[in-house]
Amino acid sequence: MTTTTPEGAAASAAAGEDILRVEHLSKRYGAVTALTDVSMHLGRGEVLGLLGDNGAGKSTLLKILCGFQPPTSGRILVEGQEIVFKSVDDARARGIDAVYQDLALVNQLSVFHNMFLNREQNNGPLLNNRSMRRLAREHLDEMGIKIPSVNVEVAKLSGGQRQAIAVARSVYSNPKILLLDEPLAAMGVKEGAIILDLVRQLKEQGNVSIIIIAHNYGQVLEVCDRVNLIQHGEITYDKRSAETSVTELTEIVVAEYRKALEERQRLGEHPHIPS
Amino acid sequence: MFLRQREATVLVVTIALIVYFSLASSNFLGKSNLTTWLSQDAAPIIIIAIGEVLLLICGEIDLSVGFIYTFSAFLMHYLIDFYHVPGLLAILISLLMGLVVGWINAFLTVTVGLPSFITTLGTGFVLLGLVNTTSHAQPSPIPPSVEGIGHWIGSFGWSEISWAVALVILFHIILTRTRWGLHTVAVGGNLLGAQEAGIKVRRIKYGNFMITGLLGAFVGLQVAFQTNTIDPTSGGYTPMFYAVTAAVIGGTAMLGGVGTILGAFLGAIVLATLTDGFSIIGISANPLDIIFGGAILIAMIANVQLARLREAGRS
Repeated sequence: MTTTTPEGAAASAAAGEDILRVEHLSKRYGAVTALTDVSMHLGRGEVLGLLGDNGAGKSTLLKILCGFQPPTSGRILVEGQEIVFKSVDDARARGIDAVYQDLALVNQLSVFHNMFLNREQNNGPLLNNRSMRRLAREHLDEMGIKIPSVNVEVAKLSGGQRQAIAVARSVYSNPKILLLDEPLAAMGVKEGAIILDLVRQLKEQGNVSIIIIAHNYGQVLEVCDRVNLIQHGEITYDKRSAETSVTELTEIVVAEYRKALEERQRLGEHPHIPS
Repeated sequence: MFLRQREATVLVVTIALIVYFSLASSNFLGKSNLTTWLSQDAAPIIIIAIGEVLLLICGEIDLSVGFIYTFSAFLMHYLIDFYHVPGLLAILISLLMGLVVGWINAFLTVTVGLPSFITTLGTGFVLLGLVNTTSHAQPSPIPPSVEGIGHWIGSFGWSEISWAVALVILFHIILTRTRWGLHTVAVGGNLLGAQEAGIKVRRIKYGNFMITGLLGAFVGLQVAFQTNTIDPTSGGYTPMFYAVTAAVIGGTAMLGGVGTILGAFLGAIVLATLTDGFSIIGISANPLDIIFGGAILIAMIANVQLARLREAGRS
């Protein structure tokens, strides 16, 4: 079951036609249920924060949306059309691109080879390195991302620079929907700011709708139009950012945690509740 | 930059060894020894090392390639002498066998999920057993119908090293200038990341196992033609380990993601120079393995230390 508050529905109406709708998505790995029943929507040009604790199903949802793995059941509609993704390439061709938590960068390769990984430009049978190098440099300059050179190995860059390269790579193909998995995880305040600025910039340009997966509520509320909370594989909360707060979100998650503890104690599984 | 430095270091060592042996013996750079040194000693290691470099970069290894080498010449012999298959066709089928064994290695490793070390240990033993059972562990002469083409493959003095150099150039270009090479590095450098980028990692691994098998089968035929006999004791683990040694000396990382064909080529030349040089200046080949072992250790220590320096330089 998914509860959508009136505020949430109003927010999507304000954002215009939905570019993405997810209906009753579930995912099971053998006996483990990662997603129970997820329904959600993303407006055109909207930035949606998908929040939730570790293990709530955020990354599973993302991997389904970007074609990395298929759902067990449920439907995905892009611009009103039901779509079954067979692969990451397939989703990319439909305008959905993701920046994974691990960034999917290859340390041993240069920045420009990473930028064009699996969408290399060829000159006959050979790689057109000159063209890829030039385009990578232009694109990074355009996005205001500063790195010493596009020829350096990615291993030599800082965490923020690497994250920025990964985002720049996903944006390069001009996706309609961009999925960011924990873009601020393991990142300093200054480095996190680079990424948030990048998201703001994309939002202003208005060509792309974005889902940001995170568990740090404060930073995400700053850039998101709307937030969804995912708990135990279901969306349990849907509000505009302006109408919620870090305190409210935290209370919901903590309340849920207390309830689970009490339940376990009632069943005699857990002797103590920390007060 | 690091790899170029590594190749330059190995090049200096190579040149120093060549200078040393040519001063120690006037025969070293003599016409007859040049083909022994380059075609007989260096070429088989170089060609097998090409395959091992590709596999090591994408995070795998092939221990069976030396047995593909042994089996391919016997297969050609059986096809021609027992099944009356035309010579050229028999050669093509032997090469195809290399591809098939490479495919089996890939299937067991990539699809079934065994570590390639175990897979190829197993397939290597099976091939060795096949050779010894079918040949009764006896050598055979080269069938007359392939003597002519054999000239081009291995019996002409310069043919093996010419093939080796041509293959090094071809695969150096493939590794550094094509999608295949870039994806091979990506698969070994970040397997999950490569998958997430949509790279078909299985296809890359299957392909590199099959390339290694094909090259192994080709070397088997070359050596048979060059030695003018089909010998069940030729091949085996020795050329495979020499090839891996050459790759490691040339800067290929056992953990994947890093390596060059050019480095392995130079590494193989170093090994061949030592083998040939020692025998020509009349020193027993027995202590050679001590030097090889030392060379591997020094190369690996250099790798680790340079990696630490790079790590320090990053922060």
